[in-house]
Formats: sequence, structure tokens, C-alpha cells
Amino acid sequence: MPPRAATRALIDLARECSTLGQTEDGIVLFPPAYHTGSPSRVVITGAGIITALGQGWRPNAEGFRNGRVARRPVTLFDVSRQRVKVAVEVDIPDELPATRLGERETRRMDRAAKLLLLAAHEAWQQSGWEPAEHLPLVLGTTSGEMKLGEAYYQQAVQSPIARRGQATRVLYYQAQQQGMLVAKALGVGGPLTFIANACASGANAIGHAWDLVRRGHAQRSLTGGFEALSQLVFSGFDSLQALSPTECRPFDARRDGLALGEGAAVLAIESLECARRRNANILGEIVGYGASTDVHHLTQPHPQGDAAFASMEMACRMARLAPEEIGYINAHGTGTPLNDSAEAAAINRWAGARARTLPVSSTKSGVGHLLGAAGAVEAVVCLMALREQWLPPTSTLQTPEPLCEFPIVQKAADAKLDYALTNSFGFGGANATLILRRWA
Amino acid sequence: MSVFIRGCGAVSPAGWGVTALANCLVRGEPVPAKDIVRPGWTQPLRGRTVPPPSTRPAFLAHPRLRRTSPIAQYTVAAALEALGQNAPQPGRDLTKLGIVVCVMAGCVNYSRRFYAETLKDPATASPLVFPETVLNAPASHLAAFLGATAINYTLVGDQGTFLQGIALAADWLRDKRVDACLVVAAEEIDWLTADAAKLFDPEVIVGEGAGALYLSGDAGDGPAVRLEAITGAHLFTTSQMRRQAPRRARAELGSSRPDSMLCDGVQGAPRLDRDEIDAWRDWTGPRLSPKMVLGESFVAGAAWQCVAAVDLLRRGQHSVADVSVVGSNQQAIAARFVAGPQTN
Repeated sequence: MPPRAATRALIDLARECSTLGQTEDGIVLFPPAYHTGSPSRVVITGAGIITALGQGWRPNAEGFRNGRVARRPVTLFDVSRQRVKVAVEVDIPDELPATRLGERETRRMDRAAKLLLLAAHEAWQQSGWEPAEHLPLVLGTTSGEMKLGEAYYQQAVQSPIARRGQATRVLYYQAQQQGMLVAKALGVGGPLTFIANACASGANAIGHAWDLVRRGHAQRSLTGGFEALSQLVFSGFDSLQALSPTECRPFDARRDGLALGEGAAVLAIESLECARRRNANILGEIVGYGASTDVHHLTQPHPQGDAAFASMEMACRMARLAPEEIGYINAHGTGTPLNDSAEAAAINRWAGARARTLPVSSTKSGVGHLLGAAGAVEAVVCLMALREQWLPPTSTLQTPEPLCEFPIVQKAADAKLDYALTNSFGFGGANATLILRRWA
Repeated sequence: MSVFIRGCGAVSPAGWGVTALANCLVRGEPVPAKDIVRPGWTQPLRGRTVPPPSTRPAFLAHPRLRRTSPIAQYTVAAALEALGQNAPQPGRDLTKLGIVVCVMAGCVNYSRRFYAETLKDPATASPLVFPETVLNAPASHLAAFLGATAINYTLVGDQGTFLQGIALAADWLRDKRVDACLVVAAEEIDWLTADAAKLFDPEVIVGEGAGALYLSGDAGDGPAVRLEAITGAHLFTTSQMRRQAPRRARAELGSSRPDSMLCDGVQGAPRLDRDEIDAWRDWTGPRLSPKMVLGESFVAGAAWQCVAAVDLLRRGQHSVADVSVVGSNQQAIAARFVAGPQTN
């Protein structure tokens, strides 16, 4: 097929994929289009990631595989009066990728929006998708562009009469604006859904997008999470004494807190039929999603991890998998005493006899806790582990928590993996679990 | 499968409860605005606040709700009213009650307070205040109060997000993820939000409160109201797209029926209202514009539009209600509710 004809065929196919089950004007939200047959299988055809380990798949894969720790002194805001003075900052490249955004819009992008755009652009390019008027974006964040909210407040208090720049700060502080920027940058018409379920936001977003595609409401979706460090959130975690004054050591008997991080991860997901029709390079498959609510306490999990158990159990039921078939768990594993003991209890109970041989690790030891982006980044880590057949270690671990009946991955190791499970648990009790399958 | 609105609840500048909201809309007189002190300005800002409840709500005795910010209290009050007799009782299984809470400005009071404390001295910034700044805190408190352990999302976006939330809940019901679902939108007033709104239109008067719908797959005993349609969420990133978006939403909703009423989001701010007025210019049926009397309360305002429409249908005053929502900076979207249990 001549190149131009091939391009035209791809565009037609993209159009076909993006308009199935839709009216001429858009995706009707209710009543939605439904498959008459069984739910679609949902595959990943693009994955973008940016963390303190680097930008893109390769530096992150190498960093996670080797358990690199990227924690360093905070430079983004004043921490001189904070109890803890370190976090896991990302070096954002000076040059952003060329997109449909104008120079002015690009210039207005702040830290969170840049992180999101970089991850989304990588996923978009990998997928080979064309701009489409109707393509759902489902994103998660906790505080998005909080830095702009802080700047707005400071100017409003310190120079009440000065209004310059305030409208822009208000506008771009809102999470939906970052999503709208990405939609515009890539030529995507939405709908746009923002889930703010604290630290489970990214996993909930991917789970929701998976639901949309699986049930035939959309053929494709761009989904993930993003988060930028901010003074308010840093100070908040410090006030709770949740930040580690030493080193973030998830599942360590002497763990003393988490390290805050930032970054973004975005997946391009689509139905298997759609991916096959266009001969897409399939990176992996999402096969299960569970979500539950822990009503024990606003900031503390139920000691036995009841909701975590329910979330894992639901994801496995949807995936029609038993714990014996899961090859690796990327735990929420924040490194706080309460989270890790509750999660350990939940994994022990859920996995039963399998717990004794089920490798578990928390990659928050390396990149920190990315809050609303954590679930998305850790889904990409699972995807990397499945594709390249290795286990990412918790390299800061010294003395394993005795409650853990499962082996904690401490060193880089090759492995034969077919399924990986990732947990995300948030403030307020939002719990989410995703299960990914190797594409071979 | 049909999706029914089994109950609705509201906390608004008109008072606590749907009846207070409905009476206020019948009167049609704008709720008086109050002064909101803004540091550094001699001229106060204006806003429509929720009046104190006539009696202290019993739910405030719950350990999770004693210290919560107003937005969480409004959320719980509206949700409990929507639940009505389905509210938690001993032995009732709430493990399959889904919750969707929608916000635009969100937990502003405590965020401002906590950040002010941080700037002053982070060592004394309150660990009790910080968790209340998290966007899903109201949803969390509601779930804890009800003992609802099923799926629970907080959606963030502009006013149209409330209709997205209803569609999400309907989808969970059809997928049998939940047996019933609460969809709540809530906002709280603060000088920061009042100040921010002024930057975009000096005529805007912000308000606060919450609106809630209780959705189920069965019609229940009372007057049945059925969700018939929610259009696509038509995004706009330019003023030209914003002009088109409500027109597209209206076209997607289909022809209105002779007995339809329209509940729109027009608020009396010409610049903000223009696109919606244009899209519905030829509407000749009855029209209700709650924001004209309640002010701009972001997502909560869209919830009151739906609550008011459903309430009129439940009381038999109309048989069909179309709701139009044109958001500030994201989307235009519309919905249709129908009285009666007919399900085909």
C-alpha cells in the first residue's frame, strides 16, 4: 500500500474506532452504547511516564529495575522550617514536545500540566493514534496545580489590590484545565473525567477508563494520573508526621514514613478488536479492577486492611484469577507504619497459602509517593515488569516487617510473570486495585 | 434497565431542605447576598451563604463530622435528605451503595486556613485541618457516616460534572456494581472563591450548599421519576466552541415534548449566560432558572437545577424536565428526566 493510502486507511480506522457506539455529535452518556456480546478485552498500546528517575520508558524501566532511589533536598519551595526537608523532585525538560498548543498556552503551563503533557504525549506517540473528536480522557490527581493556588493566595493577601496574573492562576489551578490543555494539545475532544480520590486517583482513573472500553462505551481512552509537589501538601504530610525523617523504607520493621514525590503516567488503552484492526503494538492487557471504601478513619486504614482485601478480591474476581496466578504485587507500600501493616494483613489474608511465595515490593522507595499519580505510575511499573520479565525491588529495605508473610523483593531479579497486581489506597479510604496481564 | 431518582436533597442559601429550595424558587426573589470580608479590602465581597439550620443536625454528633468543614456538612445533609427512609438503620446493608461527590472549588475554607498556618509557621500547622483539605474528604465522611464501603468517587470539574456524575452512577447501576447510588454536588463559600469569581465577571455573586439525588434501578413506592437521557459532555476550549457546545447538547437531547419544562443555568450575568440563552432561544415552554435567585454555586448550582426539576416532576407539576448546564470552563451538557415508571 502506498504511504499516503496507508495513512488514509489508518485515519479511517481511527475514525471508525472512535465513533463506534456514538451519535454524530458525541458520546451520549446515558443511555450509553452497549456491546451485545461479552465485554471487550482491553489492551494497552501506549504508556508514557515521567518520574524522578527520568522521562520515558527506558530510564524509568532501568531505574525501577535497579531500585534506584531519587530522593534529594527540596528546591521547589521553602522547607527551612519543616521537620523534613527532602522529597523526590522531577527534573522537567526545558523543551516540551511540539503539539497543537500555541506558544502562549505552552508558556502558561505550570509544573503539573507539563508533567501530564509529557506523559500523555509519550503514550499518544506510542499508540500511533490520530486526533479524534470523541475520545474520553480519564485522569486522576489530588492537588493538581496547587502551586498556582498558593501563588494566588499569596498575592491576594500580600498585594490585595494587584490583580495581574490572578485570573490565569485561578483558571489553571483547576484540574480540568490541565486535562483540557492535554486534550487540545493532542487534538482530542473528550469527554473529560477527573477523579480525585486522593492517593487512589490514578488507579481509579485507569479502572474507570477500563470500564468504559470494556463495556463498549468507548473504543479507546487516554487515562492516567499526575501530581506536582506543592508546599501545602508537603506541609500537610509533615504536620501529620507522615514524612520519613530518615529514608522511605516500605515494609521495613523500622519504617518511619513516606517520601513525597511527583510525576505522571498515562496509558493509551483500547479494545483488543480496535488494536488488532490497526495492527497496533500491544504492550499489555488490563484484566481486573476493584474499588472499595475504607470507612475506618479519614487518614488511617482499617488495621486488618478490610477494604484493601475487598479491593484485591474484587479485582481478581473480575479478572477471573486466583491469587495463585498473580506473579507480583506492586504494593501501595507507603512506608508509614499504619499503611504497611494494614496492607500486609490484607495481602496475607487475600493470598492465603500463596502469600509465602508471592513477590511483593513497593517502588515508592525509589520515586516516593506520587499521590494522585501513584496508581498510574505503578501500573506502568507493572507493565514494564511484565514486558521485560523482572521484579522491581524495594531497595531501601533493611529488616522486613515480621507481619509480612510474603517475600519482599529487595534486589533486582529476573522473573517469569504473567499477571501483576497493583494496589493504591488513599486518604479518605479510597482503595483501588488493578491487575495487568503480560502480552506475549 | 431503567434508572430512577428515588429521592433528592438540598442545602442552599434558601435553607436546609428541598422544600426551602422549592419555596424560594416559587417566590422567585433573589436570596439576599451577605458581606464577605476580604483581607486588605475595605469593600467587602458579596456572597449567598447557607443560613444556620433551625436545629443542630443530629449527624454532627458523629465522630467523623464534629470538626468537618461546611462542605462536608452540606454534603451529608443533602445526601441524608435524598436517602430519606433509605438512610442507615440497624441491619440495613449499605455495602452496595455507591457514592459520587462532585466539586469544582471544593474544600476551600480549610485549604486556605491550613496554607495560612503553613506560611506562618509550619511547625504549628494543624494536622487536624490538613486532611479536610483533600478533595474527597466530604465523600469520605459521607461514606463513613453511612457505613457505605462500595465504590466511591469524587469528580472534579466545572458545573457540568454533576450530570457526568449522574451518568456514572447510572452506569454503575446497570453494571450491577452497586444496588443504589448517591450523587452529590457540594461547594462552600470563602472570600477566596468570591474574589476569584469576580475576576471573570464582576456581576457574579457566589453561593454555597449542596444538592443530592438518590438513584436506584427500581422505582420504589413514591412518585417515580426516571432518568431518560444525558447528552455527551461537549468540551470547549475557545469562545467559539463554547457558543456551539450548548447547541450541540440541546440537539443531542432531541426534540422537546409539548409538556416539557426547562431548568436552565442562566443567572443574570449576560456575558456568562449568552451562549446558553442563544442555544435555548426558541424555547416556549415553562422555564426555571434557579441560579437567578441562588447565585453561582458552581457544581452545587447544577445539582439544584436537577433537584428542582425532579421535585416538580415528583409533585406532578410537569411530566418531562430538560436540564441544561453550561459550565464555566469545561463543558456543556444536558439531561432529561421523565415522570412515571414507564421503562421501554
